Amino acid sequence: MAPTLLQIEDLHTQFFTSRGVVHAVDGVNLHIDAGEVLGVVGESGCGKTITALSVLRLVPDPGKIVSGRILFRGKDVTKMDDQEIREFRGNDVAMIFQDPMTSLNPVTRIGPQIEEAMTAHNRFTQQQARTRVIDLLKRVRVPAAESRVKDYPHQFSGGMRQRAMIAMGLANEPALLIADEPTTALDVTVQAQIIQLMKQLNRELGTAMMLITHNMALVASLCTRIVVMYAGRIVEEGPVDQIFKSPQHPYTWSLLRSVPRVDEARKDRLVSIRGLPPDLSNPPPGCKFHPRCPFVIDHCKEEEPPLGEVGPNQLARCWVLMRTVSDEAIDNARAASLASSEAAKKLKQAVPDAGR
Amino acid sequence: MALAQPAIDQPIDWEVPEKQLGLWSDAWQRFRRNRLALVGAVIVVVLVLIAVLSPLLVHFGVIQDPYHQDVANIEATPGMAGHPLGSDELGRDTLARLMYGSQISLTVGLLVQVIIFPIGLAIGLAAGYAGGRIDNLLMRFTDIWYAFPDLLFVLVVVSVWHPSGSPFFQLLPIFGAIALVNWVGLARLIRGQVLSIKEKEFIEAARSSGSAPIKLVLKHLLPNSLGPIIVTLTFGIPQAIFLEAVLSFLGVGIQPPTPTWGQMVFDGYEAVYANPSSAVFPALAIGCTLLAFSFIGDGLRDALDPRMRR
Amino acid sequence: MQAAEPRRAPAAAVDPVLLRVENAYKYFPIAGFGGESVRAVDGVTLEVRRGEALGLVGESGCGKSTLARLITALLPVTRGSIVFDGQDITKLRGGKLRKVRRKMQMIFQDPFASLDPRMTVGDIIAEPLDNYRIGSGPERTLRVAELLRLVGLNPNFTNRYPHEFSGGQRQRIGIARALAVNPSFIVCDEAVSALDVSIAAQIINLLQDLQREFNLTYLFIAHDLAVVRHLSDRIAVMYLGKVVETAGRNDIYDHPQHPYTRALLSSIPVPDPAVERDRDPILLKGEIPSPVNPPSGCRFHTRCPIARAPGICSEQEPQLEAHGHRDQVAACHFAGQF
Repeated sequence: MAPTLLQIEDLHTQFFTSRGVVHAVDGVNLHIDAGEVLGVVGESGCGKTITALSVLRLVPDPGKIVSGRILFRGKDVTKMDDQEIREFRGNDVAMIFQDPMTSLNPVTRIGPQIEEAMTAHNRFTQQQARTRVIDLLKRVRVPAAESRVKDYPHQFSGGMRQRAMIAMGLANEPALLIADEPTTALDVTVQAQIIQLMKQLNRELGTAMMLITHNMALVASLCTRIVVMYAGRIVEEGPVDQIFKSPQHPYTWSLLRSVPRVDEARKDRLVSIRGLPPDLSNPPPGCKFHPRCPFVIDHCKEEEPPLGEVGPNQLARCWVLMRTVSDEAIDNARAASLASSEAAKKLKQAVPDAGR
Repeated sequence: MALAQPAIDQPIDWEVPEKQLGLWSDAWQRFRRNRLALVGAVIVVVLVLIAVLSPLLVHFGVIQDPYHQDVANIEATPGMAGHPLGSDELGRDTLARLMYGSQISLTVGLLVQVIIFPIGLAIGLAAGYAGGRIDNLLMRFTDIWYAFPDLLFVLVVVSVWHPSGSPFFQLLPIFGAIALVNWVGLARLIRGQVLSIKEKEFIEAARSSGSAPIKLVLKHLLPNSLGPIIVTLTFGIPQAIFLEAVLSFLGVGIQPPTPTWGQMVFDGYEAVYANPSSAVFPALAIGCTLLAFSFIGDGLRDALDPRMRR
Repeated sequence: MQAAEPRRAPAAAVDPVLLRVENAYKYFPIAGFGGESVRAVDGVTLEVRRGEALGLVGESGCGKSTLARLITALLPVTRGSIVFDGQDITKLRGGKLRKVRRKMQMIFQDPFASLDPRMTVGDIIAEPLDNYRIGSGPERTLRVAELLRLVGLNPNFTNRYPHEFSGGQRQRIGIARALAVNPSFIVCDEAVSALDVSIAAQIINLLQDLQREFNLTYLFIAHDLAVVRHLSDRIAVMYLGKVVETAGRNDIYDHPQHPYTRALLSSIPVPDPAVERDRDPILLKGEIPSPVNPPSGCRFHTRCPIARAPGICSEQEPQLEAHGHRDQVAACHFAGQF
């Protein structure tokens, strides 16, 4: 049994804005074991990035970790003092971000930037750091690493920059690497290379990873376990195979069926979730997903469901659960659409022949 | 899971998030929160009131007639004989002259912008939108114009062209000269705005919707550039006021007996040891006015900056 | 409301091809001395048939966005012709071009940048109606309301501003605007790339419904092959300014003929862990070359797993030829031989 590296207990991170308190992370419990790759999935505003930033205590103003514990190897990150947190960041846990162009200093060469990550923690001398940088770049498969070390970020292509970021993240051999949408800004063929790289690094170095993304395919490719977030809470979690095969929460189900697959010829309608994500400063009563849920029942509007066990190691926060939903209800969910055919008829009558 | 019929009959997304502030209301709110800007605005309002009401005040005897020479009280110190701020070397009441002088300063400040605006707008829009050779030509022309020493040019103009008659006519060459010298900044700014907005997708969308170039310029480019234009014009006011004061100081502005602040400083400057108040007060007036407009300008710049919204 | 164009006499045989791009080139000169250009579109020949949805895919630098702008006459061609509904639009200017524009509209990628922030939603949608003088004031108001209803938005909010709507809603406003003048051809330039997954699904469904209702022809540009496969009838793949393969959407997936297409398809992860575990993606070596100085011969040869270089692949540029099934064409000296 791999030891638990990171344990987040009932984390609440809130933003105190002029329009009210935004509950960005609203009671999140999750854990990551050594060496595993956990996927944190959700759409914009669900709180996945803020959760990650909370782990590193990098939540931007006006946000604050309000309550909860974040235990890394037993030690509570929220209670660390400045010295301890600086040693923790980049050393025990490192983070890489979506857009490598803005995460890298454009006026410093790549080599010194990666060196800085190492010398900041006093684990390597300047000399050692310099040789290690080349090794790191080689490990992330940057060709001609010895000469590339002297390049500036703008001389690297997008994929290369992301590799440099990964090298920087791994510089101090962290036990956990948090990757926030690491491939969103990259081309598909480059994305495939980065995914391959991350798989290899996980295997070779045993680095645990927390992959934050809205891309379900990415998760299927890299992760062993996933956690689905909505409106600041976890709505489902479980092993990746189970979740993909039989998702129990309607949101997870909708998400999986709203993604077109490149290997499928069907031209069925995609499932789309109606409505808008909730206002986190004024969330709906009961289950936060209920206004958009295609399978909502009355109880959902009254009481928020707890995270309950729905299968071996699988948890879901729902009163209804997909396995109890009829086929007919599922068909109706698919048929829901946006366009109005009466409006279409009226428009066709109005301008019958323009431009045909 | 085949469907009976492809339904497009249920519009789902009728909700719209609650009404948010319009762009101008939001800007106004932000402006209001800026204390310095509000102070500036208050000062300017007071100044305008003074400029407008001062003839009335003289008529009702609240203040003295600025043209009246109280021979018995030449170079009075402030507070003496009904001269709250003293009098100058001809016995004319300083306070009254200051108040009348505000008329000139404000008129120059504001009207110069009125002249600058169309010139800068035309050149900036044309250069920014047309690009290529026209842009090059216009910008080189602008550069050459910019290279002229402002003050020299203004001095030449007012020396050569000095109509007599009412103060307003006397002001014409001053308006003209100051405007002609100061349009460059606005033109360049507008050009820059146009260049950056031109590439945005909503302009492409307007083009593909069939909008003609004139429409693009007037309905899309111009409204989206208004923010920085307003700020620039606001900062132009103190610039113009100062330039007029300098001209008056040098004696080439409006001729006496019309009181202008610059001239008052000049007159008082000669007698500064005997009667400091007659130089200090007009200088203070100029300074406060410049500051007030600058605060407003800063406040507007922050309020209209789209990035600082919400 | 009057139709702005007179009814055309029915043609003896309507040309099944609505848009024909022939040898289009677009070079962007680079400032400074040296005379180099970015060869964004470097000899593209393509056709879009009436009523179909043609998907155009490729990675950065392939020129698909530039091609979209050549087709909608937002950019002038350096060379070549673009024949839309029988007319070569590269030769049109001013009023004549505007008339053709009415028949082809575009939906843009960025829902935040494609709507003028200073105009109300009603004005934005009415702008094309205004440009083409369709309908009187009240008729236009009605039409705008109908358009909003059509795309699933509440028609009472015509006096709101774009910033008050969400990304998906703004994209729908853009769609309403594109439909305002009843075009026959719509170019969707990465129309769903900037949207969240479930919102993108709404828009994809909407686009499909609208195509059916109004008999539209689409050119759907995206980098996400899964989305393209879902929406398109035929797919064209671009690499570094040229089309390397065109085929029906099942053909291109089941038996791609060009090695780039094959590598592209295999790079795309599938949302199914079981499939992903077994998959072994073909990883291309290196990165996409610069469009300023594309490789000699076949542009893809520097990264191609089956290239003969030095050899025919680095010397001779392959042309699009029939390979594979049906109307599939690919530009490769060794098409299909993997």
